[in-house]
Amino acid sequence: MSMMFAPRLTEAAAPTTHAAPTWSPYDNNGGTCVAIAGEDYCVIAADTRMSTGFSILTRNYSKIHQITDKSVLASSGFQADIRALQKNLDARHQIYQHQHSKQMSCPAMAQLLSNTLYYKRFFPYYAFNVLGGLDSEGRGCVYTYDAVGSYERSGYSSQGTGMQLIMPVLDNQLKSASPLVLPLRQSTTPLSEVEAVDLVKDTFASAAERDIYTGDGVEIVIVNRDGIRHELMDLKRD
Amino acid sequence: MFRNQYDTDVTTWSPAGRLHQVEYAMEAVKQGSAAIGLRSKTHVVLATVNKASSELSAHQKKLFKIDNHIGIAMAGLTADGRVLSRYMRSECINHHFVFESPLPVGRLVVQVADKAQVCTQRSWKRPYGVGLLVAGLDETGPHLYQNCPSGNYSEYQAFAIGSRSQAAKTYLERKFETFMECTKEELIRHAVFAVKESLQEEELSSGNCGVAVVGIDEPFVVLDPKTLQSYIESLETGKEEQQTMEETGTDDRQSLQVQHEGTGSRGISVGAGDDSPTDMET
Repeated sequence: MSMMFAPRLTEAAAPTTHAAPTWSPYDNNGGTCVAIAGEDYCVIAADTRMSTGFSILTRNYSKIHQITDKSVLASSGFQADIRALQKNLDARHQIYQHQHSKQMSCPAMAQLLSNTLYYKRFFPYYAFNVLGGLDSEGRGCVYTYDAVGSYERSGYSSQGTGMQLIMPVLDNQLKSASPLVLPLRQSTTPLSEVEAVDLVKDTFASAAERDIYTGDGVEIVIVNRDGIRHELMDLKRD
Repeated sequence: MFRNQYDTDVTTWSPAGRLHQVEYAMEAVKQGSAAIGLRSKTHVVLATVNKASSELSAHQKKLFKIDNHIGIAMAGLTADGRVLSRYMRSECINHHFVFESPLPVGRLVVQVADKAQVCTQRSWKRPYGVGLLVAGLDETGPHLYQNCPSGNYSEYQAFAIGSRSQAAKTYLERKFETFMECTKEELIRHAVFAVKESLQEEELSSGNCGVAVVGIDEPFVVLDPKTLQSYIESLETGKEEQQTMEETGTDDRQSLQVQHEGTGSRGISVGAGDDSPTDMET
């Protein structure tokens, strides 16, 4: 009888243990992406290694996808989600072309990508994106994203497993001084196209040294007024 | 067509076993300005007569790209055609998303036909008032189809729909056996000439006609007015050359000429089928 009135320790009050998840819908296939915007060009690069856990799935996978004549998307993260995201953007771009009889500008594509990512706010695309290309005036532009669509236009960016190794180097080489010291510069780098490509190659070579998920090769895409060019460079395969 | 007691509803049969509403919808297609299609082994060409509702307005758009490998020309209620083309584009995009390959033309045509049929069997709908000529390329080669408001469809070597299409059809019937072996330029010239036949009295210019082409490794594209004008002009020069040829009696081979059937003393090249339009049978 007295048991009825004694406060019983219910399941809710007792400390619970969360069971370790047995299955995750996501996997990280690793890799790093970089993009640099110039006065009249944009360089977008990504390594070509695809991994899972401590294993390499392939040494020759492209993380770069050309969406329009002037926009190139580089993404690291879960490649299955990334492929689905790329196809989604392609389909949306087709619809846009049918309706407007012209291609999307890079800034427009940047907004579309942001909206597409936020659309899946509660089951996100596991994709860390860098969008590069030329804006409507022909100047280089780089947009960098988080997994749910927060984005910003900048002069350069990197995403992925090697991001923390590469970003400080890019800051050192490309970041304009504080506006208090010097007048604010454009968000494009004064480097020439060749210099920017060399910088990208150097940063990837450095990142491949210490980041185990980055290596095998770098795919470099250069967008300028003459069109789109591809370069491939080998990286350490260890 | 006279009114009947059984023509108010699309869901009412007439005693003669006809659905008059569907037939009236096909009549709307016949009243629209002409659309022509023809194909060869490698290309399909669509051509349209573009009517402007007044001198002040721009011409109606009757050629639509559906996908890189498919395009349509329409005759009739172009608003209905726009809606159908939006559906077709959506189907192509979805198919490509799932299968990463282009939607075969025949499948798309059947889907449109089924969509049209639905409107012939619902009391709260009306049939689409537009006829489509669907030009496309797939693994089995180039194809030309016609879609009717009735929900019927058929494949053609060459065809014309819309008002005064009979003139174009007569020309196509004369020449169609040569089409398979035509080059792209020859095919376009045939199409432009067929449009000319439909225009009859009116002067042919890039303002009142439109042409689109799709071919193997060539995505569907509507020709820009400049290119179209040069084809129209080449038709004129071909006609003059043919007439001088006939006068001088020489038999020089010209790029305009296509294989001829022996049709009496009539001219043998594309540009100079006849001495004057009024000679054409209608």
